[in-house]
Amino acid sequence: MGAAVCFGCAAIAFGPAAALLLLTVAAEPLRIIVLVAGAFFWLLSLLAASLLRFVSVQLSGREDAAPLLPGAAAAVLLQELGRFACFKLLKKADEGLATLSEDGRSPISLRQMAYVSGLSFGIISGAFSMVNILADSAGPGTVGIHGDSPYYFITSAFLTMALVLLHTFWGIIFFDACERRRAGGLGLVVGGHLLASGLTFLNPWYEASLGPIFILTLCTGLCAFSTAGGSFSNVLKCLSCKQEPEGRVVLYSAL
Amino acid sequence: MITFMNNSDSEEEPCNERTSLMSAESPPVPSYQDGLPASEAGEAQAHRKRRAGSSRGPNNIAGGETSGLGIPVRESALENEEEELTLKYGAKHVIMLFVPVTLCMIVVVATIKSVRFYTEKNGQLIYTPFSEDTPSVGQRLLNSVLNTIIMISVIIVMTVFLVLLYKYRCYKFIHGWLILSSLMLLFLFTYIYLGEVLKTYNVAMDYPTLFIVIWNFGAVGMICIHWKGPLQLQQAYLIMISALMALVFIKYLPEWSAWVILGAISIYDLMAVLCPKGPLRMLVETAQERNEPIFPALIYSSAMMWTVGMAKPDTAARGPSQQAWGAAEDGREHLRSPSHAESQMSETRNPGPTRPVTSLEELEEEERGVKLGLGDFIFYSVLVGKAAATASGDWNTTLACFVAILIGLCLTLLLLAVFKKALPALPISITFGLIFYFSTDNLVRPFMDTLASHQLYI
Repeated sequence: MGAAVCFGCAAIAFGPAAALLLLTVAAEPLRIIVLVAGAFFWLLSLLAASLLRFVSVQLSGREDAAPLLPGAAAAVLLQELGRFACFKLLKKADEGLATLSEDGRSPISLRQMAYVSGLSFGIISGAFSMVNILADSAGPGTVGIHGDSPYYFITSAFLTMALVLLHTFWGIIFFDACERRRAGGLGLVVGGHLLASGLTFLNPWYEASLGPIFILTLCTGLCAFSTAGGSFSNVLKCLSCKQEPEGRVVLYSAL
Repeated sequence: MITFMNNSDSEEEPCNERTSLMSAESPPVPSYQDGLPASEAGEAQAHRKRRAGSSRGPNNIAGGETSGLGIPVRESALENEEEELTLKYGAKHVIMLFVPVTLCMIVVVATIKSVRFYTEKNGQLIYTPFSEDTPSVGQRLLNSVLNTIIMISVIIVMTVFLVLLYKYRCYKFIHGWLILSSLMLLFLFTYIYLGEVLKTYNVAMDYPTLFIVIWNFGAVGMICIHWKGPLQLQQAYLIMISALMALVFIKYLPEWSAWVILGAISIYDLMAVLCPKGPLRMLVETAQERNEPIFPALIYSSAMMWTVGMAKPDTAARGPSQQAWGAAEDGREHLRSPSHAESQMSETRNPGPTRPVTSLEELEEEERGVKLGLGDFIFYSVLVGKAAATASGDWNTTLACFVAILIGLCLTLLLLAVFKKALPALPISITFGLIFYFSTDNLVRPFMDTLASHQLYI
């Protein structure tokens, strides 16, 4: 406990997100606005899920752990619904921006918006899960004194990091699936989210939860990469820093 | 209050979007103002006046110069350019406001979380005389409503007083008042703040050092805010005094009264800015008629400078030179550093005839400023600070309120781009903030706590 744990866990949980933010989002005003809008939609979905849970707890009496699984599942589904709403709004905004611009193209593409909104979902979801834990970790205390796992903080940090990345990937896949009206992508995202959330129910059996979640993250990442147009050859090309020969039009004078 | 400096505000000729956008050649400068003076300190704390129109006046006038001289050929291109620029600058303007609002909130939240002083109950302002230490809920609610009524009435009275002063041109009185308030904020409140921070971290400071620090801070602040200074320093000072003021409100407003006051003040803001007989609207219109800026130091501006070939900013010499212009010579926002009243928000449209016709690229290179009243800063920070201080869900509630306020600000700016007239900046943000505060604190917090205790993620 103490500042070291707090900063360490914060860096683990939000390091990738911060890097992605700084490198890709911070410089563009439009992306920052999309970021905040995405966070707003996630908050709305969380609100709806909490309302649902509140109502169900009131109706079913004072049971806490029992309705948690359906509560969590409902929360996942509502988040995906929020993502869909975000997609609708951003699509409309994209069209609006395109009509307003002078060359008919909007300054930000739908793919970029998919990525930023996914990132925003991830950041706000991770923040809501992690910040209170971070605040507690900065203070005094003993972890797991009542028999719980002593690795609570570090595993939470890793889970949060995985979640942030997962949300980013899901955003890309989801928007692409909605754009092309493919149910496969949608199913992948919703199923993946339910799976990830379900795996956390296996905590504190971290081998069963953390491991598979990271494998899921990797697979979803590859999926998102290919959805966004990436491929193995692209990666090779990028790594080898080869310059493409430009297609030049050579004009011969008629002299 | 948010105002949109649009050329179509001119009274001289029938302006439709086309001609106004065309002739003035100036992408309209959205000036977002809610003229709540941050510098009403001490007993003037509750004198929350709305200086909504303060710096909007000259902008509107300036923007309203429509000479009708257009270059028809470029009309549609320019208009698209205008619209695109509006939107493009819209996004930039939103971020130019996000950053200071976020900074102010960060300062307030950091102070609330670390310095105990601002969360301790040490009495109340005289403007909220009813105590909330009553056992019954109904009585507490009644007391808070009464407190709110008193507070809002004080604000209304002070605003009307201010409008009267402005109408009857008692400028010296107003300036003196403002200077006194900012003096108190910059010296007294900073002294208290510094004292509490030093106490929290158990750092000793001797009086001579303290005197030198406070003196320098305050003197430079007075100069920056009321006279000239580097733009960023001025912005920093405005953010700091907003944060200080917000901290005072957080400390001295009792719990429920604070929330009811926040709600009531957004309603008041809405009415005062939009109703025809609202004091703020009258203020704005008077300033427009007189074609002058008022009340320096109460508006946060993110204007940047454009200095090429600029003549002395002269609000008067605009009309005829406009005619000769026609091209993309638009108002360049003068640098905030001469924050003196006259030169403050003047649009310089009077370059000499030697000036070349500026091209579209030069138009694009311009940075146009955005203005937001300090009162908006204060109330946003009060909301988030209160959430940080009192919410049992701690950081989740604070984060939710923060996002809500930013989204409200974004929406307000969007509405501004659509309606292009003075808009209140408080209602949407505060409404979202209040909704999110109460719902997060009561609904989301138990859910997230249960999830966290089992290390479940959704």
